[in-house]
Amino acid sequence: MSILVGKDTRVVIQGISGGHGSFHARQMLEYGTKVVAGVVPGKGGQSFDDKVPIYDTVTDARNKAGANASVIFVPAAFAADAIMEAADAGIELVVCITEGIPVADMVRVKRSLEGKPCRLVGPNTPGVITPEHRCKLGIQAGWIHAPGGIGVISRSGTLTYEAVYQLTRLGIGQSTCIGLGGDPIVGTTFMEAIGMFNADKGTKGLVLIGEIGGDDEERAAEYIKKEVRIPVVAFIAGQTAPPGKRMGHAGAVISGGKGTARGKIEALTAAGVRMAASPAEIGAAMKEALEKGGKGARAGGRTKK
Amino acid sequence: MKAQVHAGGRGKGGGVRRANSPAEAASCARDILAMKLTTAQTGGTARSVRKILVEKAADLAGQFYAAILVDRRSARATLVASAEGGVEIEKVAAETPEKILKETVDPVFGLMPFQARRLAYGLGLSGDTVKSAVKVFSGMAKLFDAEDASLVEINPLGLLKDGSLVALDAKIDIDDSALYRHKDHPALRDTEEEDSKEREAKELGISYISLDGDIGCLVNGAGLAMATMDIIAHYGRKPANFLDVGGGASKEQVEAAFKIILRDPNVKAILVNIFGGIMRCDVIADGVVSAVKSLGISVPLVVRLEGTNAEQGKAVLDKSGLEIISASDMGEAARKAVELVS
Repeated sequence: MSILVGKDTRVVIQGISGGHGSFHARQMLEYGTKVVAGVVPGKGGQSFDDKVPIYDTVTDARNKAGANASVIFVPAAFAADAIMEAADAGIELVVCITEGIPVADMVRVKRSLEGKPCRLVGPNTPGVITPEHRCKLGIQAGWIHAPGGIGVISRSGTLTYEAVYQLTRLGIGQSTCIGLGGDPIVGTTFMEAIGMFNADKGTKGLVLIGEIGGDDEERAAEYIKKEVRIPVVAFIAGQTAPPGKRMGHAGAVISGGKGTARGKIEALTAAGVRMAASPAEIGAAMKEALEKGGKGARAGGRTKK
Repeated sequence: MKAQVHAGGRGKGGGVRRANSPAEAASCARDILAMKLTTAQTGGTARSVRKILVEKAADLAGQFYAAILVDRRSARATLVASAEGGVEIEKVAAETPEKILKETVDPVFGLMPFQARRLAYGLGLSGDTVKSAVKVFSGMAKLFDAEDASLVEINPLGLLKDGSLVALDAKIDIDDSALYRHKDHPALRDTEEEDSKEREAKELGISYISLDGDIGCLVNGAGLAMATMDIIAHYGRKPANFLDVGGGASKEQVEAAFKIILRDPNVKAILVNIFGGIMRCDVIADGVVSAVKSLGISVPLVVRLEGTNAEQGKAVLDKSGLEIISASDMGEAARKAVELVS
């Protein structure tokens, strides 16, 4: 079992002819992902590597190739338009890899997605992967993953690989791994991703990799406390980052003092989450939590629903 | 008289003075220009002051806080204002958040006049002052939108005895990602307010922040770079820097990044921690070897290479004849680096 992507996922790649787009399109195909279309305005009718048909619009890719998920590699200046195009064409899942999208553009994107049956993951994400179905929408190194029952949710890229590889080497496979993206405004939050995993029978435990900034982890902690009964292990990166060089007080004013590593760790610990003592011990912490059962932090833990 | 540095909290740091005569102004200016200013917002480092803003001292009947920025939770620009606060605004936000007024801006419509009025009345203003406040708030929202700002803050917004409003100080942050559509913004940059090593790194497309520890770090990815700092602290030492070479750095970028670490006199050991996904470990190894060949190295080097082309990377390092302490995982790498400087 898995969430978001699996055996029925048919992928269109927006920006398949660019440097990043073409490299990762090949990597995705090699991993086993069903890449059914590419979109490059002006190149409709051509094909990518004689394997994947290219269309001018996402609407064509959906209607003619049956694409239901999109991965976006277009440059930052055009990414907001690409996300809106995919959502408007009826694509259900949009994974935006592009980094450096202006924040104002993301504000407009979020506004335009309201009420549409479209889930956005990212931007600035390594993507989403379900090892069991060999389905990879993103730039992750496929070989570090293994099929299994752990859901991984992260705001980071390489630190996610680190955690996933620790799990794989301990013989603990993953149901689905989601990179939420490192930008201030992203399509999917920790809480939403946890909710999806919580509803997935195939997911037997969760690894959360958070970062300083924002209050997404704190809100996730409230949700975990109320709703989650499977083991949860977490690590917050940036515990030793110095108070940032910044200007003005507005960031602290709007967050009401939230966003520090300590605040996040306290909130997660209070929710029964097992915190990895160091980033080298994320896999080991999951192993222990699985052996003990329950949510993770307390000896004996809670019983499952 | 106000010290002009890129940080807030200057009043508390002694960077804001009131002068009652030209002679006093001269002595205040001398003091401020000679000071090394450290505030809660300078990231732990002292700043030299190069510029002073001189303005007429205002006889205030009241002062307010006003700012517009993007709220992550609602994913909208949000105008916040408070009748209390001024220099203590962060304390107000943490302890009595109900005293912070907020208006969320719909990107389709912009800040509506009724929202600006609601804020003005909420601050306890009346009469013509409300009209002035509406003008100030609407202007802030327009500026925020037109210039792709990530922050426009007026603090304090002063109320004079005649009922008029005056912006006594302001800060504007610009979204770097939107620079491509604002050709006039780069000219506003004040490079003297930036750390020279950080500036050099930025121009190379690398994220670097200098810190006060003694273990230099070269890592790929911001999350892993932060985690590397955390694990060094976990074993009892402090990192000399944060350095993220990014997801797809070239040999030249890696070499340049490694040179920045080699030139830092505080560095007593260097830790390279790479998890190659898309990034190839042999590219990292090539860059490190080139940097050492051109600058030499006098401190121990601990290297952990994992992932894509890790074996090729290790072979490059072996062949170079460099004395390298290798580690099989990030825990071992951090422990070894810490032992070397302890």
